[in-house]
Amino acid sequence: MEIPYTVSTRPDTGLWNAKIGIWLFLASEVMLFGGLFSAYIFLRIDAAPGMWPHGVLNVPVGTFNTCVLIMSSVTVVLAWAALKMRRYRAYWWYMLATISCGIIFLVVKLAYEWPQKYDHFGIYIKSEALGKYEQYLGNAYAAEKELPPRLEITGHLHNPAALTDPNIKEYEVALDPLNADPTNPSMDRPHFLPLTVTHKIATIEKADVERATMFLPTHNAYFASYFTITGLHGLHVLAGVIVFIYMWLPVSKKVYQRNPEHLANRVEVSGLFWHFVDLIWIFVFPLFYLL
Amino acid sequence: MDASASVEIHHEPHGHDAAHEHHELGFWRKYIFSTDHKVIGIQYGLCGMVFLFFGFCLMMMMRWQLAYPGQAMPVIGKWLPHIFGPESMPDGKMTPNFYNSLGAMHGTIMIFLGVVPLAFAAFGNFVVPLQIGAPDMTFPKVNAASFWAFAVGGVVMSMSFFVPGGAAKGGWTSYVPLAAFDDTGPGRNPVFNGQTLWLIGFIFLITSSLLGAVNFITTIIQLRAKGLTWMRLPFFVWAQFVTAFLLLLAFPPLEAAIIMQLMDRLAHTSFFLPAGLVVNGAPVSISGGGNPLLWQHLFWFLGHPEVYVLILPAFGIVAEILANNSRKPLWGYKSLVFSVLVIGFLSFIVWAHHMWLTGMGSAVSAFFQTTTLLISIPSVIILSAFFISLWGGSIRFTVPMLFATAFLPMFGIGGLTGIPLAFNSADLYLHDTYYVIAHFHYIVAPGTIFGLFAGIYHWFPKATGRKMNDFWGKVHFWPTLVCMNVIFLPMFLQGMAGMHRRWYDGGQGWGVANEHTIWGLTGFQWNHPISWAAWIMGLAQIPFIINFFWCIKHGEKVNDNPWEATTLEWTAPSPPPHGNFVQTPVAYRGPYEYSLPGRERDFTMQSEPVEPAERTRRKPAAEPVLA
Amino acid sequence: MNNPPDVTQDSKEYEEYAHGVQKHVRGYLIVGATLLAFTMITVALSYVDFGAILSSLFHTNLTSTQGRKANIAVAVLVATFKAGLVGAIFMHLAAEKRLIYRILIFTGFFVLGLFWLTLLAWYDFPIFR
Repeated sequence: MEIPYTVSTRPDTGLWNAKIGIWLFLASEVMLFGGLFSAYIFLRIDAAPGMWPHGVLNVPVGTFNTCVLIMSSVTVVLAWAALKMRRYRAYWWYMLATISCGIIFLVVKLAYEWPQKYDHFGIYIKSEALGKYEQYLGNAYAAEKELPPRLEITGHLHNPAALTDPNIKEYEVALDPLNADPTNPSMDRPHFLPLTVTHKIATIEKADVERATMFLPTHNAYFASYFTITGLHGLHVLAGVIVFIYMWLPVSKKVYQRNPEHLANRVEVSGLFWHFVDLIWIFVFPLFYLL
Repeated sequence: MDASASVEIHHEPHGHDAAHEHHELGFWRKYIFSTDHKVIGIQYGLCGMVFLFFGFCLMMMMRWQLAYPGQAMPVIGKWLPHIFGPESMPDGKMTPNFYNSLGAMHGTIMIFLGVVPLAFAAFGNFVVPLQIGAPDMTFPKVNAASFWAFAVGGVVMSMSFFVPGGAAKGGWTSYVPLAAFDDTGPGRNPVFNGQTLWLIGFIFLITSSLLGAVNFITTIIQLRAKGLTWMRLPFFVWAQFVTAFLLLLAFPPLEAAIIMQLMDRLAHTSFFLPAGLVVNGAPVSISGGGNPLLWQHLFWFLGHPEVYVLILPAFGIVAEILANNSRKPLWGYKSLVFSVLVIGFLSFIVWAHHMWLTGMGSAVSAFFQTTTLLISIPSVIILSAFFISLWGGSIRFTVPMLFATAFLPMFGIGGLTGIPLAFNSADLYLHDTYYVIAHFHYIVAPGTIFGLFAGIYHWFPKATGRKMNDFWGKVHFWPTLVCMNVIFLPMFLQGMAGMHRRWYDGGQGWGVANEHTIWGLTGFQWNHPISWAAWIMGLAQIPFIINFFWCIKHGEKVNDNPWEATTLEWTAPSPPPHGNFVQTPVAYRGPYEYSLPGRERDFTMQSEPVEPAERTRRKPAAEPVLA
Repeated sequence: MNNPPDVTQDSKEYEEYAHGVQKHVRGYLIVGATLLAFTMITVALSYVDFGAILSSLFHTNLTSTQGRKANIAVAVLVATFKAGLVGAIFMHLAAEKRLIYRILIFTGFFVLGLFWLTLLAWYDFPIFR
């Protein structure tokens, strides 16, 4: 029993089945990421001044990843075009390039970007204690320049035991450049190149701390949305890579030999999914890394 | 059945993989992991009915507590703690937490594991490809994946009853912040607890619905038989088409919200949690910055289209049965189609009428009130068209027709009682009272479920080749109809008196339920007849269950078209083989050509060619086309 | 992309079709390069203080928050342009069938409805007053 219009097009719609299917699925994905983006919008609008961080992500690395995904979008459409032109070898190489780009993206994210965050530490100071740590926060300077208040001291935690041991009464933090020199005008806006943690150590008493954690989803609304959206996006990248691997393995060559248009259609459909994943990243990148 | 109808044999470009269709599939591939839409439809149907029964049992347990709060449940009270854990019903007496679990899970199971799988997935899967003359769905493997995702989700949800702490207790709506902190802390597993399992199970159910929706829409667009234009589709297919769009576009924002609630619970984020939150007397260590209203918006963005998902398939089923049993075409086919499309569209922009008490401003409230009232118009058009369809008909009260006719006034009551709730001013009083429960249950219970019963009795012969027993069908119908009304009609009065939903003691400890009498009984006292009617209604389902299973093997054998219906599924053998049709059908006419003048029989099948004598200005003898 | 001829058809017709596909390859490469260029532009623009520029242009004093909003608007506009290219060229939307457009238009309407109506409810903008 053959399902009609799997490969050939139905005359009145001009489409074959999977093409409609994938666009319907992508419509649902738009609504899914739409729900997450709406959460991002409301969390950001509602954030109290100074509570939404800027410039905490590595922009060069993010830019690199963006370029990797864009390149993979180009290679996947070239792979599809090669299939349409019945050039299987070329298809095979382009598909390999796409898969590699996908894997590079995931490795950069999971083996570098995310761990970089888990190792970074942030302390929200209690509002009544803000004056005590003015040397690290520079709120008088910020108020003078009409910048948002600084409520957080960030950097590397030198005594991680303090997180779990109630007997240790203070955190020792190697400060980030902003906290090391808060009144420096170059610190007013984020930088392109990530600034390394300085050697200046600050001691912050636990009694003055509102909240102190690593840069994990729990740290604040920004990281909650960052990890959730990039995590879900990453799962979609992984799914796409797995599908592409299947379409690149010899088992798919059999489909090509039986009916090349069938494989071309499958690649087009997965390519559409992949472009959508790229599209989402095109919005995620500026919203989280740059703004 | 007119076997002499000339049917074109339609050739498709043939792939070279014909080999795999001809060898016999083993037991597992044929009956368990089947990709055949009929098998999948039956799988969904059986699972859906089992869950409906389970959800019904949960309700019967709740009704004991409501009528006799604090008293030990007789007979089964002894061994329920062995099933649900000693915390649930010590000495057979229901604890408040267990009552809340029953309430939350009754709602969740009935809607997402019972009605939607049965109305949309089961009937849709089995009937739609047959009604459009297709050999199967466009994506059979995706169809199977959809069913198995549903099955996993069902298992996860059911499992939640047996973990420490029991099943989810925060209502089927899982409002935060309660749902974010429920089932956490000492004595609770971080993942294997009621609320988290509810969330995880839901992700599987949503995935299942999304895959199903993609399949349905593509199938209806692409696999309609030659000559079956959009305006010749049976109304059932239109209803399923719109339902699929609702599921496709409305479910994902809830999936996003569920992911965020899972993050709140497992990763301790604060998507929905504001700063300064105090739980159990102690401030919680969260970052804050979130908002509980965000959950409500995202939930009800699905929640409202969801209720149309519950009713539209039933509209479709009732339409088919009314036309068939009044031997008359449906009145107002075009207005029915137009109305169902408008309902689909409007259902996306009315959701905040579930949130009247959240403090929204008057401007946006006015918007949602307007759209909510607007959406009642197409519903009234549909119901009126159904009523008018009966006028002048040659009505025969088969068992499906009993249920379909009863559907009309029952849905009418349900729909009309929703109107006061559309006004935020009236809703200030009625929100969260038994009035709301009565309103939506009238729509879903003597509404949708009657439609589903009608559909089961109607299409049983197609699926099995045998009819269900008429006498026992009537024994099932009459007590069910009476009990439905005894259960839900007084609830309107209880609600208007001020009795709240989700009170675990049934109002016993509240003044509004005990001070005044309505029609001779106090609000709390009305719980007694309601509960007894519920239990009697439970008994009335036994003839149905026995009838259903008995007649699969021993029912009266019937031919391929026992109801003398006109739509394409009745041209296929009963039960249809793999591939459905001996020859691909072609449609020459509309779906409800009953009682055509000048014809010998009072029905003409859709696949019967148009005779020269029949050709009129409106029905030229154009060759059927793909359109 | 135009409908491919049926597999069973003449191979010469198929060659013509394949040649048509070849012409599009150049387009894909140009769009790819454009996307990469605009990524760099997005990053560069994010470091431009639009708040200060608009303040001097209109002789007002924009706060840093308002300035940030200007940057957000610019970045989202560029992102929309890039997304449009991906959609139109890579996803073949520019040459796609009506049906697909209709599905997407409805989706777009509903996702914007989700954002806008929720925003309204959040802040009760007095648009009807």
